[in-house]
Amino acid sequence: MSDLSMIEAVLLTIITASTPLLLAAIGELVVERSGVLNLGVEGMMIVGAVMGFAATQATGSPYIGIVAAMISGVAMSLLFGFLTLNLMANQVATGLALTILGLGLSGMVGEAFIGQPGISLKPIAIPVLSGIPFIGPLLFNQDVLVYASYGLVIAVYFVLFRSRTGLIIRAVGDNHGSAHSLGYSVIQVRYLAVMFGGACSGLAGAYLSLIYTPQWVEGMTAGRGWIALALVVFASWRPARVLIGAYLFGAVSILQFHAQAAGIGLPTQLMSALPYLATIIVLIMISRNKTLAKVNTPACLGKPFVPDR
Amino acid sequence: MENEQRSGPVTGGEDLIEAKGITKRFGDILANDNVDLVIKQGEIHALLGENGAGKSTLVKILYGALEPGAGEILWKGKRVSISNPAAARKLGVGMVFQHFSLFEALSVVENIALALPKGEKIEALSRRITEVSQKYGLPLDPAALVADLPVGIRQRIEIVRCLLQNPSLIIMDEPTSVLTPQEADQLFITLQRLASEGCAILYISHRLEEVKKICHNATIMRHGRVVGGCDPAEETPASLARMMVGGDVHDISAGAIEAQPGDVMLKLRNLSIPSDGAFGIELKDVNLDLRGGEIVAVAGIAANGQSELFDAISGETQVKDAYAVEICGVPVGKRKINDRRLLGSAFVPEERLGHGAVPGFVLSDNILLTRYKTEPSLIKHGMLNQKLATEMEKRITVSYDVRMSHDNPEARSLSGGNLQKFVVGRELDRVPKVLVINQPTWGVDAGAAALIRQAIIDLARGGSAVLVISQDLDEIYELSDRIAVISRGELSVAEPASEMTREKIGLLMAGMGEGKSASPAAKAGETHAH
Repeated sequence: MSDLSMIEAVLLTIITASTPLLLAAIGELVVERSGVLNLGVEGMMIVGAVMGFAATQATGSPYIGIVAAMISGVAMSLLFGFLTLNLMANQVATGLALTILGLGLSGMVGEAFIGQPGISLKPIAIPVLSGIPFIGPLLFNQDVLVYASYGLVIAVYFVLFRSRTGLIIRAVGDNHGSAHSLGYSVIQVRYLAVMFGGACSGLAGAYLSLIYTPQWVEGMTAGRGWIALALVVFASWRPARVLIGAYLFGAVSILQFHAQAAGIGLPTQLMSALPYLATIIVLIMISRNKTLAKVNTPACLGKPFVPDR
Repeated sequence: MENEQRSGPVTGGEDLIEAKGITKRFGDILANDNVDLVIKQGEIHALLGENGAGKSTLVKILYGALEPGAGEILWKGKRVSISNPAAARKLGVGMVFQHFSLFEALSVVENIALALPKGEKIEALSRRITEVSQKYGLPLDPAALVADLPVGIRQRIEIVRCLLQNPSLIIMDEPTSVLTPQEADQLFITLQRLASEGCAILYISHRLEEVKKICHNATIMRHGRVVGGCDPAEETPASLARMMVGGDVHDISAGAIEAQPGDVMLKLRNLSIPSDGAFGIELKDVNLDLRGGEIVAVAGIAANGQSELFDAISGETQVKDAYAVEICGVPVGKRKINDRRLLGSAFVPEERLGHGAVPGFVLSDNILLTRYKTEPSLIKHGMLNQKLATEMEKRITVSYDVRMSHDNPEARSLSGGNLQKFVVGRELDRVPKVLVINQPTWGVDAGAAALIRQAIIDLARGGSAVLVISQDLDEIYELSDRIAVISRGELSVAEPASEMTREKIGLLMAGMGEGKSASPAAKAGETHAH
């Protein structure tokens, strides 16, 4: 029995480690499908984390904190959108700048909150289902953001591949010139996608400062935004693969801690590198079909769209 | 075919669209100057003119992709403003683009759904596509991915997409440039059927024979103005060309002497290259002997392995078997481009901007890039000899009549035809022993095309071997001594041009040749290859 509860505890931590990656990556997936490369995920995420924490402290409600995190993520993404979509700034440079801005801004805003105990978001048990032994507490006694992350993966899949909206997003990402000549507003579609990405990054940030470690620590995203970006590419822009990738990364990073604690005779540096290695290898293996990879890659990714007139 | 030609209502149709005094200016250039055009219902109306005559500008205005600076458009007698392509589609104007506006990563039905108003289920639309495509003899698989389809089928998607919107006017920009002669004939039948149902077609083409064959009326443009109209049936291709150019197009002379083939200068033996991913073509067992003094043309529809073949000969792709490509008797399969140039060969790729020339570099720098190895004096003590490069630039631009706004401009500032003259001139200036040239006159107007073709013929008559890869059959007949056809990465045996009829080439293009086993000449060569 104690073994089982031990496994359950490990699995719970894996979910906790994977959720922020999944939230940020699924948002960036939509952004990139529309043909925009926003490297500012890390920056939007950390601003979401600090604003979510601040709003929670101010109001006492983590839910208001979540909304504040999303709004601040969207605000950051709007800045990115204005620079790259309206002013045609280079997307790579602007994304990097957004990350640097986010890290600096969050440090400034967050200074007042360092060391303050946060208000944690409570899990919501789903009646009946959460009573199932083992699986129940794992899957049906989680906080709202974990449920949201699953919902988002399913929703993104259906919208992208089963709806007209998704068809338009993919069309804009594949060939913006043709989409424009068919009468679609490339800039508008991209703005909406970029904003969705911002909201998701904000959520990922809120998860860190409200659930993962309910407090504010400077630089608490610790490179998760970059991992999310890498996941999108290695998952060849498919939602289900992003889910697999995020959980694989979360799982290996938790398991290697336990392995280190158990004293497995491997150098710790190698152990720490394991999550990266394992995720990259597995995702490369799933997406090794070159034809599919080429078809899934948004052909206009990172290219600025300049209309004819 | 004969009895079907020019059927449908030629006269008596009501005016469908009338453009009056259309003017459009881009900077200093007047692209359209007070242009008038009337298209009647049920007529196939040709729009003729050289490159830069203003045809595409006019068409873009009619389709709502550009706004006119001045002038008005009447649709069925009423004044309309076509502010964007969606408005044009709503009126009933459909457009089939020359450079396809398809989404490669999406399926046929998804591509079509994007052009239609929302509300229709994908399954229902798929059925409708199958129905319409069969009705007009343009079979399509709705579920196929565009990236996997050849160019001819892609054009069908554009046409079917257009037809599903029940247009009253279809604009077609150079529709036959990507089709085999047989596919083109099939298209003409479809167009005549549409016209007989009352749909008007605005037909843009450089191929005057086909304009004469299917069009009821023609409007001719030159330098942004309409210079006249005519009934193409009463004209000859030569008289149409005269109206377009505003003078006689000078004839190309193949020279009095018949080609006297010399030694084999370029030899391909069992050249096979696997395709490089999703959109590439696999080259299968290609054999060819190209002799000094002769011009061999490779005909074929776009994307059947032409660029792969060009890359393999030029050295952009290296092959495992060094003997698969021999230049002047030296096996070069594994050598790089400059090593091949040093043996006396020169290459002109299809894409002149970005491949044949660096857009942001001035012409003299572009000369340095391809010739620094073969012209040792271009590098002095490890430094670039800019002076010599500029002198060469002057020499080439003068002798190949490259028109520029100022001396030694950036490559991108030249018009397509002038840049092509420069790129061809740069290579011919070396008097190469072997010239491989892909699409020598693609998108180039008649005057420049004649100059380039004459230069190619003169080079061959001087004893060099020339391989021309082209999709333009008229050009191929004009230039070549022998013709081979490439289809899905396989090259047919090069046979004398006089024996290759259009029908035969068309069948080979469609991959319906007699098969490789029927080519003993190619097989016999194998035994001597190694």
